[in-house]
Amino acid sequence: MIKLVKKINWMTLLVPVISVILGLLCGAVIMLVIGYNPILAYQSIVESIFLQPYYTGETIRAMIPLVLAGLAVAFAFRTGLFNIGVEGQLMAGWLASVACAIVFGHLPRVILLPLSVLAGGAAGALWGYIPGLLKAKFKVHEVISTIMMNYIALYTTAYIIKNFLYTEGERTPTIPAAASLASPFLANLTQGSRLHWGFIVAIIAVVAMWFILWKTTKGYELRAVGFSPDASQYAGMNVSRNIILSLTISGIFAGLGGAMEGLGTYQYMTINSTFTGIGFNGIAVALLGLNTPIGVVLSGALFAGLQTGGLTMQSNAGVPVELIQIIIALIIFFVGSGYVIKWAMGRLTRKGHK
Amino acid sequence: MLKKRIAVLVAFVVVLASVLAGCGNSSKSGNSSTTTKSTFKAGMVTDTGGVDDKSFNQSSWEGLKTYAKDNNLKVGTGVKYLQSTQASDYSPNLNTLVHQNFNVVYGIGFLMQSDIQKIAQQNPKAHLGIVDAVAVDKNNKPLKNVANITFKEEQGSFLVGVVAGLTTKTNKIGFVGGINSALIKKFENGFKAGVKAVNPKADVYVQYAGAFNAPDKGRAIAQTFYTKGADIIYAAAGDTGNGVFTEAKNRTKDGKKVWVIGVDRDQHDQGLPENVTLTSMVKRVDKAIYDVTKMTKEGKFPGGKVLQFGLDQNGVGIAPTTENVSKKALDAVNTYKKKIVDGSIKVPTTDKEYKAYLANLK
Repeated sequence: MIKLVKKINWMTLLVPVISVILGLLCGAVIMLVIGYNPILAYQSIVESIFLQPYYTGETIRAMIPLVLAGLAVAFAFRTGLFNIGVEGQLMAGWLASVACAIVFGHLPRVILLPLSVLAGGAAGALWGYIPGLLKAKFKVHEVISTIMMNYIALYTTAYIIKNFLYTEGERTPTIPAAASLASPFLANLTQGSRLHWGFIVAIIAVVAMWFILWKTTKGYELRAVGFSPDASQYAGMNVSRNIILSLTISGIFAGLGGAMEGLGTYQYMTINSTFTGIGFNGIAVALLGLNTPIGVVLSGALFAGLQTGGLTMQSNAGVPVELIQIIIALIIFFVGSGYVIKWAMGRLTRKGHK
Repeated sequence: MLKKRIAVLVAFVVVLASVLAGCGNSSKSGNSSTTTKSTFKAGMVTDTGGVDDKSFNQSSWEGLKTYAKDNNLKVGTGVKYLQSTQASDYSPNLNTLVHQNFNVVYGIGFLMQSDIQKIAQQNPKAHLGIVDAVAVDKNNKPLKNVANITFKEEQGSFLVGVVAGLTTKTNKIGFVGGINSALIKKFENGFKAGVKAVNPKADVYVQYAGAFNAPDKGRAIAQTFYTKGADIIYAAAGDTGNGVFTEAKNRTKDGKKVWVIGVDRDQHDQGLPENVTLTSMVKRVDKAIYDVTKMTKEGKFPGGKVLQFGLDQNGVGIAPTTENVSKKALDAVNTYKKKIVDGSIKVPTTDKEYKAYLANLK
């Protein structure tokens, strides 16, 4: 325990914490300027999330895909890759899990549920594998190819739903109960929120990321490639294979996130005309969480809390819900300018010593 | 090192204390909400388009605001809207209003159907309303505590089709739809039927943009249609239709007069200053919301009923601004309106009905 505490670099840990505080403070200033009461606003967020089981449940539910999307971004980042395609991988996983649940609806629950979850992961993996392959073989920059894969996913899923799985209301039919992650027990516990068993999948994914990256030889290789591809190559590691592997595993996390939405939150997939935004928020979650599994969980909780709490802020304090987006953007801005915070901290502490 | 461990311990205790304190408080906050039951409250949840979308959500909110004004309710507490930024917000937003004991809670748009169904079943005492959809239970029976507000869009679209058919000079007319769905098909088939009723020679080009919030796509389609020779386009596509307006204005500026037919509300102002709005198919969501709220207040909440607002209740129709519509077309509109209301013309809603209608026409 002491060893672990010693290992943490408190300075790097301070940057995200200060960013969050600054983001909330700036949000408060904006509210004051527009004429809202920031104390009432933040109070309603905190009260609803911690005191009302319904919003607690909704926050945890919102956390599940956010954490998985954050893990996906963080995992690729550890190998020095920027996976902007989480959004597309998530949609592919969402559709695959729902489609699998509907097509194999006659199977018993013990087979159908894991199969559908895995189908989501597999579709995400495929959607991550393609940019990985392009990067490894043809040096196509992964930022560009993953962004393009997002659009392919957006329109392909819409096409497939429209032509093969269509039902009234611009969506797929509802999945059979045997494939559903939703649970009346959890719903009753939280006053009818949509909290579902997917949080167990998220926890497993968090542990899996930590285990793969820090406890296996392959993980060591992946991180080595992230630090320096050339040195890794010189040391005899297969860089291209590690790039493909990294983006594929990253895609699995994202695909699972989509499966959680499909099998847990919604129980179906709508024809999306725009992106869900979960994948892009995943980038922010990973950034704020310093690309560590625990960090991703904490920042995922913060973002989910802000999003869910933002809805009650709207109803109790009358503050427009868009303000939450501004606060999230501000937090990311401050994390991005972490160098400035570090510099300011350095100045302050040095002055203190004099 | 010891200091840091103590700090962690202190932080842990503080968190634990606040959580425990929270448990004590929760019963108190539960009580306070039940005491405010006596006053009448009506709320609505917008879809992701937001409350200022210039059509559907905005119109609903105007309906509630008018109701508040007429009944001395306070905007923000007596009537209230909650905005959704993503589809997963629908359920918590609807639930928030239900938990705050609003007497009636509206979900604006068919995208909220499954959320409304779930919440209605979880809260059998709550009164909910849904626009453009019918909320049903597992056996496909309408839920007892949901009022279903639907419109006969095909009737209003028929009338603007009549105007288009009598106004076109090129005998080519365009229809731009948002998402290809049963709902927008009602607009399309009603419109085509109206055109064909007065001008059988006219061609109607139809294309769907695939989205309600893509003005760029709306503009691209309008470009194609106008270039093919169409001189009127009916845009039943929400925000996507704004792209059609942009294209029409540009062409009119360049000296080629073309027209747009607006949708949902009177979009005359949208066509200014080039004045490209021929007429609009208005869908009085505001009136429907107003009526249902009034019924609820009087204790006559139409739960389980499918309300259809058509021409006879002025739920749909052509826009009040008629300065660009010829006298001849207006007279024809009135004749056809009578025929639709008395039932001698049945306006088609689906592709199949439209085919049958065309066969009858010949």
